[in-house]
Amino acid sequence: MGKVVINSARCKGCGLCIEVCPKNVLVPSSKNNHLGIYVVEVKNKEECIGCSRCAIICPDAAIEVYR
Amino acid sequence: MKKVFGRTRTLRDTHTHYCPGCGHGIAHRLVAEVIDELGIRERTIGVAPIGCAVLAYYYWDLDICEAPHGRPPAVATGMKSVNPKNIVFTYQGDGDLAAIGFNETIHTANRGENITVIFINNAVYGMTGGQMAPTTLCGQVTATTPSGRNVKRYGHPIHVAELLANLPGVSFSSRVALSDIPNIMKTKQAIKKAFQVQMDGKGFSIVEILSPCPTYWRKTPVESLKFIKEKMVKTFPLGVFKECGKK
Repeated sequence: MGKVVINSARCKGCGLCIEVCPKNVLVPSSKNNHLGIYVVEVKNKEECIGCSRCAIICPDAAIEVYR
Repeated sequence: MKKVFGRTRTLRDTHTHYCPGCGHGIAHRLVAEVIDELGIRERTIGVAPIGCAVLAYYYWDLDICEAPHGRPPAVATGMKSVNPKNIVFTYQGDGDLAAIGFNETIHTANRGENITVIFINNAVYGMTGGQMAPTTLCGQVTATTPSGRNVKRYGHPIHVAELLANLPGVSFSSRVALSDIPNIMKTKQAIKKAFQVQMDGKGFSIVEILSPCPTYWRKTPVESLKFIKEKMVKTFPLGVFKECGKK
């Protein structure tokens, strides 16, 4: 169906993508990036429909979407 | 699998200094996407403001000129006059455009200079510490209005898009918001329209973008988007206030 790839180095953990995802694919993680930010990670991979909503709202262009 | 969404060519792959959830990042991306879709990257010049977006020249792979506080429309006027084939746009915040630079903005619009203005309205001064801006909402708490903006003392918020729509030199004036996915798509369409107006040589175009500032609204990024939807659009109604050739 779809696939999202998050660039952890660019993610600032604002959580807007988590809010707009219709399938709850994304979750906040306990992993830090080089800035000490708790980045967003992909949890329910198989649920992704590739709608690009997360990528459209991401302020840091950290998300790539494949379908 | 085919890539359906990724970073566009004009947006540099670099870390931005903006706070988490800041609307500038979305607005930067939309401007970059529009420039790439119109295929005008090689002849586009941007003018960066003073404010949070002061480092915009690091984020767009374009020719960018930095202007003194509030003066991007004046600098853009000069650049457009020297070579009218170039596409010139300014990217300004509310402290830059609506406060110190309102003189330049009004006169550039009134002369009908063929430039595009991207106006980011987040209702506070972001870079200097969240002070009251001319666009701060009535009752909004900022660093300089700790008990909320008092209309009797500080006046009313300025409606830039409506104000400029009254000038004959303005061809396109619109207000959009970065509050949710449909509105972000509308914002992109408005920015595209504004650039097309300039490419057709019709005159001054402005897009006012209501943008979240989670840090100085003292809200989470998600709450900030709700604040735009519930509070900000009541003071600043969305819509197209002037479009050349349409009534």
